[in-house]
Amino acid sequence: MAKKVALLQGNEACAHGALYAGAKFFGGYPITPSTEVAEVLSIELPKVGGKFIQMEDEIAAMASIIGASLTGAKVITATSGPGVSLKQELIGYACIAEVPCVIINVMRGGPSTGMPTGPGQSDVMQARWGTHGDHAAIALVPASCQEIFTETVRAFNLAEKYRMPVQVLYDEIVGHMRERIVFPEPGELEVIDRAKPTVPPEQYKPYDTSFGDVPPLAAFGSEYRFHVTGLNKAQDGFPTTKAEYVDAEERRQISKVENEKARADIESNEEYLTEDAEVLIFAYGSTSRSARYAVNELRKEGIKAGLFRPITLWPFPEKRVALLGKQVKAIIVPEMNLGQMNLEVERVVKGTCPVISIGRVDGEPLNPGQIIAQVKEVK
Amino acid sequence: MAYDYEKSIRPGKLPHIWCPGCGHGIVMKGLIRAMDSCGLEKNNTALVSGIGCASRLPGYVDMCTLHTAHGRAAAFATGVKMAKPEMTVICLGGDGDGTAIGGNHFIHACRRNIDMTYVIMNNFIYGMTGGQFSPCTPTGMKASTTPYGNPDPTFDISKLAIGAGATFVARTTAFHATQIDKLIAEGIKHKGMAVIEVLDDCPTTYGRRNKFRSVVDMMKKLKENAVPVQAASKMTAEQLQGKFLTGVLYKEDKPEYIEQYAKVIAKAQGQAS
Ligand SMILES: Cc1ncc(C[n+]2csc(CCOP(=O)(O)OP(=O)(O)O)c2C)c(N)n1
Ligand code: SF4
Ligand SMILES: [Mg+2]
Repeated sequence: MAKKVALLQGNEACAHGALYAGAKFFGGYPITPSTEVAEVLSIELPKVGGKFIQMEDEIAAMASIIGASLTGAKVITATSGPGVSLKQELIGYACIAEVPCVIINVMRGGPSTGMPTGPGQSDVMQARWGTHGDHAAIALVPASCQEIFTETVRAFNLAEKYRMPVQVLYDEIVGHMRERIVFPEPGELEVIDRAKPTVPPEQYKPYDTSFGDVPPLAAFGSEYRFHVTGLNKAQDGFPTTKAEYVDAEERRQISKVENEKARADIESNEEYLTEDAEVLIFAYGSTSRSARYAVNELRKEGIKAGLFRPITLWPFPEKRVALLGKQVKAIIVPEMNLGQMNLEVERVVKGTCPVISIGRVDGEPLNPGQIIAQVKEVK
Repeated sequence: MAYDYEKSIRPGKLPHIWCPGCGHGIVMKGLIRAMDSCGLEKNNTALVSGIGCASRLPGYVDMCTLHTAHGRAAAFATGVKMAKPEMTVICLGGDGDGTAIGGNHFIHACRRNIDMTYVIMNNFIYGMTGGQFSPCTPTGMKASTTPYGNPDPTFDISKLAIGAGATFVARTTAFHATQIDKLIAEGIKHKGMAVIEVLDDCPTTYGRRNKFRSVVDMMKKLKENAVPVQAASKMTAEQLQGKFLTGVLYKEDKPEYIEQYAKVIAKAQGQAS
């Protein structure tokens, strides 16, 4: 049987990816350029017995998905930068209480209302640090409509597997662009459900590390009964101020994502002509499309340019970028902000090569010409 | 025979954090009796609270409990109820939590008329943070941030709930302990958004600054100023000056949100016109 093919907008692809992953609850608040995700899910979720609710604001939307997730549902919300700013306190809540959820951020410029209909990539640091306190972060940055579909599925998988919020960030260009999508067959992409407890109910502890760094999560309304709080807690889920518990729990919640094994599982990158590259372009999302074009043009002129494209932005691909930093003469970081990931690349290469930022925040896409010119300057 | 609270309290979680004389404990006992009288199952009942002294209540009660962020209880609870409608969902919290930072969630939960019960403990103050004024602190009274007397007008929580669309609204006080469980039980049984406002006291941060030095004084005030709704109809406006009404203030049958959404599902699945 031929596969189902459609011409879909990035935002529509996201909604269909969520459905493929088994999403059963969406709580949101409208904001350009993300609204189509909500619109498609308002049609499709009730068809599969799922729930769609438009809440009174983004804080409420975030709260509703955390509440729904605690009943065992796979949950999602979609917004843009201003909405993520509002969600920040509860993103931290989902981190500390370890509640799986997916947050889509279709990025526009900023700060504040910025340019609602223009593209931006200015929330990449917000995705890493946007809540108070120390915490781990997982953020994925697809660059095409097909990839938005598959990365949304992967976001659900990672949220469920690591018991935490996962953000998918793409800019307005990819969100509103239409491309051909090949729908994966059921079973073709891996779909992961959270680990459920196997112990008898009276022995259940929601943060029981004897099951590893990611303890199984029971559901409200099942045979398990437990307490959830945003306070620092002991393994039984109840608040504690005991230094040793607080410290151990905080460190575990970060290491569950940043340990070697987890990183290898979560990280995902594409490398294009990096093997012999002398100048590396580090680019993600729609900017990586311009970068790829630039690499091809430069190669025609005999300039050995290569592209490193993170698909998982956080945790950051530290090891690989550090290695490439030793190989190339310079790394160029084009992005639709004023040098956010540039800072991270700089931090990781530790001065082994110059790191040059190309920032653009005027609401126009970053074009290949800008990148080509910059590469030629360092050559 | 004395009522057995222990069967509903989590082993090892007492003593609670509340000060001696705090009204929140009286509300907790009332809630426990109410849930018991409604025959609620522990595994099928979610208690959802915000942040504050009042919001610490769920930690002590042996149910599915969710202590959220300041003001957000109603929004978390909406997610729980939507995703698992068969659960009984009860929100709990203080006056500050529910009507200041959480005011928007509160009125929208009322507007949706979602089948939940919201028990709001109104002690007229932000207790947990040391007694700053809340939207419910009476005008003129002292709080740590109104050293010259509170210039702000106040919310009437019950009126706010009625205006926003809640379909069961009742008020009582910590003095009227036996009425607390009756009204909460009625609220639980009501299909739709039920709001039970319990006026209580914070001797530590409110009483201390406002000449109710003893809890007894505060309780006396709650007793003296409470007028049952039935009695109020026979009283003049003058007689009602400075008083507040207690009992069931409002009750209405209106389409409930979960049922409304069930119709959406039926339509989406082509089962209804
Ligand atoms: C976002 C946020 N803002 C402020 C606070 C500080 N805070 C904690 S409890 C509280 C007030 C609680 O008052 P109320 O809800 O009336 O409960 P009470 O303590 O009086 O029972 C405040 C302001 C907080 N925890 N979170
Ligand atoms: S500070 Fe007030 S509200 Fe808080 S526990 Fe003490 S008496 Fe109760
Ligand atoms: Mg209060």
